[in-house]
Amino acid sequence: MTAYPENSRLEPPESEDKVPLSLRLIPFFDRYGILIVIAVMCLVMWALQPDVFLSWRNISNIFKQTAANGMLSIGMFVVILTAGIDLSVGSVLALGMMTLAVSNAAGVPWPVALALSPIMGMAAGFVNGIGITKLRMPHPFIMTLGMLFMARGLANLISGGVPYSGLPDPVRFLGSARIYLGELDGTRINLPVVFLFTILVYLLFWILLEHTVFGRRVYAIGGNPEAARVSGINVDRTLIIVYTICGFMAGIAGLIMAGRTNSGFPNAGTGMELEAIAAVIIGGASFFGGRGQVLGIFGGVLIMGLIKNGLNLNNVSTFWQQILIGAIIVLAVFIDVLRRDLGTRH
Amino acid sequence: MDQRQTNAAEPLLEAKGICKYFGAVTALRDVDLQLWPGEVLGVVGDNGAGKSTLMKVLSGLHPQSEGTLIFDGSPVRFSSPREARDLGIEMVYQDLALAGNMNIAENIYLGREPTRKLLGGALALFDHRSGIRRAKEHLENLKIHVKSVEQKVEELSGGQRQAVAIARSIAFEARIVIMDEPTAALAIKEVGKVLDLIVDLKNRGISVVIISHRMDDIFYVCDRVMALYHGSNFAEARLKETSRGEVIGWIMGTKEKVEKVAHDRVS
Ligand SMILES: Nc1ncnc2c1ncn2[C@@H]1O[C@H](COP(=O)(O)OP(=O)(O)O)[C@@H](O)[C@H]1O
Ligand SMILES: [Mg+2]
Repeated sequence: MTAYPENSRLEPPESEDKVPLSLRLIPFFDRYGILIVIAVMCLVMWALQPDVFLSWRNISNIFKQTAANGMLSIGMFVVILTAGIDLSVGSVLALGMMTLAVSNAAGVPWPVALALSPIMGMAAGFVNGIGITKLRMPHPFIMTLGMLFMARGLANLISGGVPYSGLPDPVRFLGSARIYLGELDGTRINLPVVFLFTILVYLLFWILLEHTVFGRRVYAIGGNPEAARVSGINVDRTLIIVYTICGFMAGIAGLIMAGRTNSGFPNAGTGMELEAIAAVIIGGASFFGGRGQVLGIFGGVLIMGLIKNGLNLNNVSTFWQQILIGAIIVLAVFIDVLRRDLGTRH
Repeated sequence: MDQRQTNAAEPLLEAKGICKYFGAVTALRDVDLQLWPGEVLGVVGDNGAGKSTLMKVLSGLHPQSEGTLIFDGSPVRFSSPREARDLGIEMVYQDLALAGNMNIAENIYLGREPTRKLLGGALALFDHRSGIRRAKEHLENLKIHVKSVEQKVEELSGGQRQAVAIARSIAFEARIVIMDEPTAALAIKEVGKVLDLIVDLKNRGISVVIISHRMDDIFYVCDRVMALYHGSNFAEARLKETSRGEVIGWIMGTKEKVEKVAHDRVS
């Protein structure tokens, strides 16, 4: 009745050895390439500034300075995994920070003031999520651009546009405390609390994204939102949670920055949304969603921090830093394009 | 009427007087459909005839504007694919609802993930290991061969993807599987394999609805065929009582046999 072949079912595709070496190396570089880049950067900086770069003081400085970006970037990463974007995180950082500083100045007890920064962040993120899903904004760009202005305006409004300085020690703990580890060659080795905190946060995000049902659904939504929807996944609810998480992390970043600077200033975080996006892209996430690893983002954040640190140590002007970071973003994405080309050519 | 496909007294799924409007567009007008237990029903029709829309009504993706669905003797109304799925009605979408960035096992269990509960159920961890093991068993059971169930779906051929999509549809006690042009995007050599998989579903007692433009598909797997034309029922027949020429005529909106294109009539 038919002419269909009898040797039924689907054979495995061509064997391993037909795949060229360049293709087989892709997964390896996907996963570990960024670590190699970081190692090379460290070597170069160490060669240029052997005394300063590897000093404990400098290393702990790098961690302290990148911690806020680290918080923003991991939240941004979850958003970008869903093929979204959150332009508001820099402003939300400021909103959280100013809520904290103003309420502290108004005599609110410190545990409440401390909690207000992440709570404001969550609230802003939740509003973003509602706008993107329930109000059916055509693209997250629009909603979060609106929030960029609204949160910044609000941060200025509640503070009258002026900085507040002086915060109680417990509030500053996360951003500025150090743990004394001992002495090495006569220098005191202090570990910034925020370094441990960053590691912990990234570990939690790794568990969240790789090992929970929620996390796998975030990847699925980024890979194919239609597939996620017809599989019975509540895409809207997941997106609302995703943007709320991103806002929450911006609030945490506000808390860290308040602690580090012992103040709240309403123009804090200006432009940091772009740095976070840059770190996520350099870290290997795809703008089209569904691709990227927590470890890569950690690498992206570190690379951004190392570039700034290395250029500062070598007295390169901030103008050059901007040019370099821009070039690296373009390069990172170009490498991604090349990799996709290779990956799809069978 | 040619109803007694099996000995069952009533259809497993019946649609009566289904209308579906998209704004001013009437995609379906008063459409009836019966699907009997264990039968494979072919649905044919020209592009835009409303085939996909009808299937989406049956699978809960688009609730109908008017009309009723009767499943296993009682009226049902779906407001989401999940509700249809809970009754065992699964759909394999035309545009393959798989996430290419995820592996085969994760795709098979998407939306119904195996979990490991921690902290007294407060934390549901995705159970990678059990997903992989179950996916492997499931595919072996269906004789679908892949290098590894941990392969990303985007690395698969069209036929393999279709096989994964079908495997996914019957991973949980499916009673009805609806397939929208499952062979349309495939290389010729992969078509037969997917059709054999459909025959396999039928042998497992699952009812299948398949949309196809290819007469070869229809006449290989179906027990019955129905045609839609401009959003309405046009004709239907048991496969034994029709011919390729006649079915092609239905697609073109005529009940005359189209002899010229019917050079491949089934004897
Ligand atoms: N989501 C939708 N919105 C508006 N019109 C639609 C939608 N889906 C289908 N239609 C219209 O309904 C009609 C039937 O489409 P469809 O069911 O896809 O046909 P088929 O699958 O038979 O080719 C077409 O006129 C199509 O344009
Ligand atoms: Mg269609």
